[in-house]
Amino acid sequence: MTTPLLEKLQNSRNVLGLIFMLPAAVLLLLFLTYPLGLGVWLGFTDAKVGRPGEWIGIENYIFLAGDSVTQLALFNTLFYTTIASAVKFFLGLWLALLLNKNIRFKSFFRAIILLPYIVPTALSAIAFWWIFDSQFSIISWGLVKMGFIDKYIDFLGDPWNARFSTIVANIWRGVPFVAITLLAGLQTISPSYYEASAIDGATPWQQFYHVTLPLLTPIIAVVMTFSVLFTFTDFQLIYVITRGGPLNATHLMATLSFQRAISGGALGEGAAISIAMVPFLLAAIMFSYFGLQRRAWQQGGDDK
Amino acid sequence: MTNFNRRNFLGSTATVAAASSTLGAGALSFAPAAQAQTMSFKPEKGAKLRVLRWSRFVQGDIDAYMANVKKFTDATGVEVRVDNEGWEDVRPKAAVAANTGAGPDIILSTNDDANLYPEKLLDVTDLCEYLGKKYGGFYPAAQTYLKPDGKKWIGVPLGAAGAMMVYRQSMLKAAGFDSFPKDTDGFLRMAKALKEKGTPVGFALGNATGDGLWCNWLIWAFGGKLVDKDNKVVIDSPETIKALEYAKELYNYMIPGTLSWLDPNNNKAFLDGQISVTNNGISIYYATKNSPDPKVRELNPDVYHANYPIGPVGVATESHLFFNQMIMKYTKYPQAAKEFLRFMMEKEQFDPWLTAAGGYIAQPLAAYEKTAIWTSDPKHTPYRDCVKNMRPAGYAGKLGYASAGAGADFIVVNMVAEAASGSKTPKEAAERAQKRAERYYKV
Repeated sequence: MTTPLLEKLQNSRNVLGLIFMLPAAVLLLLFLTYPLGLGVWLGFTDAKVGRPGEWIGIENYIFLAGDSVTQLALFNTLFYTTIASAVKFFLGLWLALLLNKNIRFKSFFRAIILLPYIVPTALSAIAFWWIFDSQFSIISWGLVKMGFIDKYIDFLGDPWNARFSTIVANIWRGVPFVAITLLAGLQTISPSYYEASAIDGATPWQQFYHVTLPLLTPIIAVVMTFSVLFTFTDFQLIYVITRGGPLNATHLMATLSFQRAISGGALGEGAAISIAMVPFLLAAIMFSYFGLQRRAWQQGGDDK
Repeated sequence: MTNFNRRNFLGSTATVAAASSTLGAGALSFAPAAQAQTMSFKPEKGAKLRVLRWSRFVQGDIDAYMANVKKFTDATGVEVRVDNEGWEDVRPKAAVAANTGAGPDIILSTNDDANLYPEKLLDVTDLCEYLGKKYGGFYPAAQTYLKPDGKKWIGVPLGAAGAMMVYRQSMLKAAGFDSFPKDTDGFLRMAKALKEKGTPVGFALGNATGDGLWCNWLIWAFGGKLVDKDNKVVIDSPETIKALEYAKELYNYMIPGTLSWLDPNNNKAFLDGQISVTNNGISIYYATKNSPDPKVRELNPDVYHANYPIGPVGVATESHLFFNQMIMKYTKYPQAAKEFLRFMMEKEQFDPWLTAAGGYIAQPLAAYEKTAIWTSDPKHTPYRDCVKNMRPAGYAGKLGYASAGAGADFIVVNMVAEAASGSKTPKEAAERAQKRAERYYKV
């Protein structure tokens, strides 16, 4: 009696499709939706590590809005993300263009450029921590030996120096991702466009602006979305190099969230800080989605 | 006579630690207060224990600890599994275990952890009263941490990893100081003189969890405190301002870059000969003894330790990393767990363990002041009184989520750093700390 039904189900494309999607759906629900939902919920409670919280509405957010450390962390995060992402983009694009040329040892250079990305973040962070050390910095040491400066640079002890130092570390780590992905994008552009434009007498700059850039835009949109997301949520570099110091000048939302939630035990507040990052991340995604993926422009037309 | 006995005993345990199954509960002839009866709990049938502890700071600690665990298993038949975690990771794990009611039976945690969920912990009053009576009593700070209401013990104190003033004798001499100053005025004069000689002092002002604790000492030394005994935030006080003005002057005599210092920085700078004085655990001295680098070993005879100077309040105001031993209420084997902690705290086990830890850990019980480690090398001695001279992290208030949160958020460290570096005036820094702390202590 049941066999025909089972057979029918097995032959139904829709049912089979649903069944095949089930594992993925379960994974997504379990490891993405549930933690995110829990995070949102925790943000509205006064949960502590090891103690379930009570619903307190938006009290956490009201406090955070008036908390000078959180305000500073928000500023730091925006500053960090903007500068690091912009530099990573230009540096990455430049490297991609260079690597796309016919240079000697092309594959060697392409492989070596990935190195910073392969090294575990914690390890490269420790390396940068030494490079920026107030007593043992190799940069300071070198400059002193060469006679350019007479005392060590306080890379991590001065708020602005520390911000830029951590940004440099982030850029070093993030550039390979941008460069390699953009390189992949460049290679999808058919050489015939360049030939055609060359016949029309386009200069290299015009070729770049009117051929390369428009055709690369979809890739740029994706790469930069990811790059911004990674940078905005950066944790390891800061945690190892400065722990958010000096004077909280390098605390990012992610590190502050960890400090409050795990070390400090204020799970609800930490969750609220994390959730407060979501609107910014959504904005970045929306921007790339609606702003950079305009088909008309990609196809050489004008924006409407 | 006791001295002779102890040495005798130490020598013998060191060699036959594993084979001493006869040293079970009962045979205690070396105890300083031998008249006290040995208490003993009868482990449940088939009992097994899981212990979660912070990972060792020195190898000797865990080696001796595990030898004691083996002795316990041999004596009682109770199997004990010991898991190690970095000390900063124990806090969240312990809290989750307490909340979910599953996990290790015994957790060795830090600072105010036990005060976060006292109702989830097994009452160990009988055990602590016994230990206190037998071994000269628990120091006041240990009582504040683990006997919060003055009656009931919620955990057994284990001790503290102390930080002390570590200094280079030759540099102090060159600056005109024959011994380390005992008060804060002398300390400031010394820092100034050292700076003039080109051998500055250095204290961590970054978000350093351990070495940043010197900021607590400083504020307390001048009579400032985060909260009063009713948990009212009182950090914005004239006493705090005085301490911050002191910090500001001291900062002038420090090596540049201390605002960025995390826990390891002062060790590195000190061992490289760049600073003359810092605050640290015994690890710097330990390194000068055991380092493979001959240049580091050369420092050994020149490295000395001193207690923190006393401030205008006139009493010691030290701040150290405190260790608890908590038995979780959900354990199926409360008697076995109590017996385990009793066993580990008895002289036969505790004494060799302290010794093996090389001075990293100081005892919570007064009788262990006589342990050989504190006198075998006179340079160990200042670390002996860590728990005795210590104030709990949330001084002078009650311990709990508020004190834990305020500590983890570096409120005091940030305040001192802001004022010292001149990024804020002492008054502004104190006001900001007041505001930040009030949030934690609202309730």
